[in-house]
Amino acid sequence: MMLIDCPFCGPRDETEFSCGGEAHIARPLAENKISEAEFADYLFMRDNPKGLFLERWRHSAGCRRWFNMARDTVSHEIVEIYPMGALPKTAAAKSAYSASWRRDTAAEHAAKPARTTVKNAGKARGAK
Amino acid sequence: MFKIGKSTSQIARLTKNSRVDQKRKISFTFDGTSYSGYAGDTLASALLANGVHLVGRSFKYHRPRGILSAGSEEPNALIRLGKGAYAEPNLRATQIEIFDGLYAESQNRVPSLSLDIGAINSVLARFFPAGFYYKTFMWPASMWMKYEHVIRHAAGLGKAADDHNDPDRYEKTHTHCDVLVAGGGAAGLMAALQAARSGARVIIADEQNEFGGWLLGEANISIDGTPALDWIAKIIDEMAAMPNVTMLPRTTVFGYMDSNYLTLNERVTDHLPERPAHLPRQRLWKVRAKQTVLAQGAHERPLVFAGNDLPGVMLAGAVRTYINRYAALPGQRAIVMTNNDDAYRTGMALHDAGARVTIVDLRAEPKGALIRAATNAGIEILAGHAVITAHGNHRVARVEIAPIDDTATAIAGDFIHRDCDVIAMSGGLSPAVHLHSQARGKLQWDDKKLCFKPSTTHEASFNAGAGNGTFDLASAIKEGIRCGARAASAAGFKNTMADSPSVAMPKQSWTPLAAWNIPNGHAEGAGPKAFVDFQNDVTANDVRLAAREGYQSVEHLKRYTTTGMGTDQGKTSNINALAILADALGNEIPEVGTTTLRMPYTPSNLGAIAGRDIGHLFDPVRLTRMDDWHRSHGATFEHVGQWMRAWYYPQEGETMAEAVNREVLAARTTAGLLDASTLGKIDIRGPDAAEFLDRVYTNGWSKLAVGRCRYGLMLKDDGMVMDDGVTTRLGKNHFHMTTTTGGAAGVLDWLEEWLQTEWPDLQVYLTSVTEQWAVATLSGPNANKILQDAGIDIDLSPTSFPFMSMQNCHIGGLPARVFRISFTGELSYEINVAARHGLALWTHLMKSGAAHGITPYGTEAMHVLRAEKGFIIVGQETDGSVTPHDLGMDWIISKAKPDFIGKRALARTTMAYDDRKQLVGLKTKDPQQVIPEGAHAVRDPNQPLPMDMLGQVTSSYHSPNLGYSIAMALLKGGHNMHGQTVFFPLLDGRVIEAEVVDTVFFDPKGERING
Ligand SMILES: [Zn+2]
Repeated sequence: MMLIDCPFCGPRDETEFSCGGEAHIARPLAENKISEAEFADYLFMRDNPKGLFLERWRHSAGCRRWFNMARDTVSHEIVEIYPMGALPKTAAAKSAYSASWRRDTAAEHAAKPARTTVKNAGKARGAK
Repeated sequence: MFKIGKSTSQIARLTKNSRVDQKRKISFTFDGTSYSGYAGDTLASALLANGVHLVGRSFKYHRPRGILSAGSEEPNALIRLGKGAYAEPNLRATQIEIFDGLYAESQNRVPSLSLDIGAINSVLARFFPAGFYYKTFMWPASMWMKYEHVIRHAAGLGKAADDHNDPDRYEKTHTHCDVLVAGGGAAGLMAALQAARSGARVIIADEQNEFGGWLLGEANISIDGTPALDWIAKIIDEMAAMPNVTMLPRTTVFGYMDSNYLTLNERVTDHLPERPAHLPRQRLWKVRAKQTVLAQGAHERPLVFAGNDLPGVMLAGAVRTYINRYAALPGQRAIVMTNNDDAYRTGMALHDAGARVTIVDLRAEPKGALIRAATNAGIEILAGHAVITAHGNHRVARVEIAPIDDTATAIAGDFIHRDCDVIAMSGGLSPAVHLHSQARGKLQWDDKKLCFKPSTTHEASFNAGAGNGTFDLASAIKEGIRCGARAASAAGFKNTMADSPSVAMPKQSWTPLAAWNIPNGHAEGAGPKAFVDFQNDVTANDVRLAAREGYQSVEHLKRYTTTGMGTDQGKTSNINALAILADALGNEIPEVGTTTLRMPYTPSNLGAIAGRDIGHLFDPVRLTRMDDWHRSHGATFEHVGQWMRAWYYPQEGETMAEAVNREVLAARTTAGLLDASTLGKIDIRGPDAAEFLDRVYTNGWSKLAVGRCRYGLMLKDDGMVMDDGVTTRLGKNHFHMTTTTGGAAGVLDWLEEWLQTEWPDLQVYLTSVTEQWAVATLSGPNANKILQDAGIDIDLSPTSFPFMSMQNCHIGGLPARVFRISFTGELSYEINVAARHGLALWTHLMKSGAAHGITPYGTEAMHVLRAEKGFIIVGQETDGSVTPHDLGMDWIISKAKPDFIGKRALARTTMAYDDRKQLVGLKTKDPQQVIPEGAHAVRDPNQPLPMDMLGQVTSSYHSPNLGYSIAMALLKGGHNMHGQTVFFPLLDGRVIEAEVVDTVFFDPKGERING
């Protein structure tokens, strides 16, 4: 059972946490029209790598806060824990982020507002 | 030279100093016969002291089996201990400490050990080859059910307690330490002491009742000039006085998981005749250790020769342990068969105890101090020889010995015969690398010591002593000190290494001869059985057969032959099986590889793992504030999530159907009162609260006026319905959301997830207030009269208190938040009061309503009432694959909002398909027939199987208000099926016919909402 260092509570048993799956999946804004196949990249496609994986975790039986975690799915080594909305800082996690096929998808590009002048659009983009 | 004692009962007991206390006699029962032993005995040592070798029958062939080992690796001597509800099967006699009144039975014999009819399997053995079940029960698939019955009858080891309610109590302990040491032999003790002296918090655990490991079974070894066990006692005394040390005897470290998380099973009172009430039987320790030192020791390997499973054939180290530690002499005419020096110590121990000994050494020219000592003692040594076959009935009686060639693969001369009553065999040592391997440490093959030993570790862990392949005592002690020092340093404790003590014992080599399968002079596959895995009855021929049939991977071999898959996990058999497989494949052992060792190290009691989390403590139960009233008024209850909800309130002599009908009718003719406290309630505040609701609900919220309520539907981003409920605007930036009872926690998590991960810029704060409010729902035409009699201080006329609005008021002096919303279609109020006022409100309403026919109703009546109105229940009408359109609820999808969760997905092509399952109402042709929920609809009940199914019934009831049966169903293309007939063929052969109708059965125009 992993020991996970909650950024808010400190190191706690894995059983207090829930894994929220792959991190950094940007949600396409409805104002940006994308095809069904492109939308499916966001809605259905999830990575399951053998090795370093960027995941979302929640301290569900503790402070209930979400955070990101770069974890090796083979060794269970936790390489980095970083806040929701931020990008990883360690070299390995950074390269896992930039190497992801998602970076080039229409779904990810559609997460940015089409017209920056629209009120709230910048806000609604969120921080994923 | 020791003498056999005079006691008539303990005929094989020696009079010598040992770890048993010969002044404290203990009597126990084995298979109905009374025996005596001494304090300090295990069941195995006490039986051996009584001359009992036959203690079990083997699993597959029912062959007579004896005691092989003196520890937890025992494959044969499995015992059912205790009686009745206290009985526990498959315990190892070698680990059971005896106490007065102990009751033990052997296993797997019909009807008795000496006369076993199952032994016929042994005669039929050629019909039970490797992979027997796979080969026999293969085809056709339709016969599998029958096969399974046969297999299940044959399978199963031991017999569980007669009463399945375990009367014992178990505890769990969670703790942290700096250094956890697994194994309390010389290396483990020194590691623990070294770390403890640095100030580190140390836990040392050992599965035996005493610390000392193998030294407990040795003689003639001195350390630092004192007998080894005196030296051990000094270490134990020093550590026992240290507050930073926890010493756990009778405690098995059985699991090693991620981030140095280890599980320990402590047998607290198993060894006591009376278990004190204040102590648990066993305790499960869950330990998070900064560092670990693994010093589990090693297991001796059997030699694989014909007849090696006879009672009386034992491991050499175990024989020595029984003599030295327990003063029990396993035999008077002994054959010691070995490929290494160490068994000579057993030869000497047997000789010193008065036995006649012949040492059969597989090596052609054994040399060294131990060999010289044995020669000088006059012990017969047959070097370059092997026991080819052991004979005997219920115990070994004689052996055939023959010279063998240098590689121990062929017989090289004439047979010699010797009588014997015990064979002490030694095939070398295998380090117990189990925890290291569980923690994903790697192994390497040592081709001198012929064993797998730890190489790199994965966790923060060190290996010491025999468990690390360091068999020499002085070196093991040194390694223990070094590992203790390194573990303490790594945990942040400065320390200087203690000096290694001097060890005085004869020098011996630790390089055995590779002799994995003793030749028997027969062609391959023929000849008497030579066992590799005793517990699962796997022979050397089985392994070779599997190899010939193509099972070349050790993982496949294991599953095909079942070798290593018994409760002992092959502690004594894995390496022999591997070596024979390698030989059969013409391969090297390390190339064949090992299997991964899994937890638990030894079988662990499930009771200890469950601890106190059983029965009513298994899961929390949530009660509403009105619970006492429901109970005292005869309510029956149903579980909804963790909640106990009043189901219905039967009056004297009423059936459930009668009670529910009465409650349903009352709610539409007079008034009904429902405890709705369990509904999920979330307080939502913040300047962006309305914007947030716009994004999470499908309909619009920004324009909702303060004091008004609105029904909302929540989707997942795939467009499927996830939850529903009524949300009310309490203020400009303040909302009160209700969710389904079961969905409350999930919805709060869902909302938090979106707020924290997708829209952290929104200023919205969520608080669960489910338990802060008690809710009574008053429903029915008399609702206003009752509230007025109850003293409500507001105007209830529809103009001043319209449907779908909220008012703060007092009822009988109790401050209340009243929502005029309806899940029944009747005039209805959801009255929320502070939780502490819940019971007062309820009793006050019941009193005030008595003159107006108020009737408490439960969840069953609630379901019927809402179904009469065609209101859905999320999770009943929906299953995660249902869209708002499927439910006929397009009206709730905002076209104006730029986005909400699920919006984009609803525009997917598949969402518009005509053949999606859609919600419809059903009216049965026979009004009294109620279709079972879950029944499948077909157009033609006479079509051939498998039938083309249209969908399934989601809700179905008898409606007392309508006088006929009503149902809802999800049917393919259901929205276009109105007026059509569908059929429901049931398991019992009946076919129910029904017409597809609208989902709203009662008051379709909604005229009753104002009373
Ligand atoms: Zn936390």
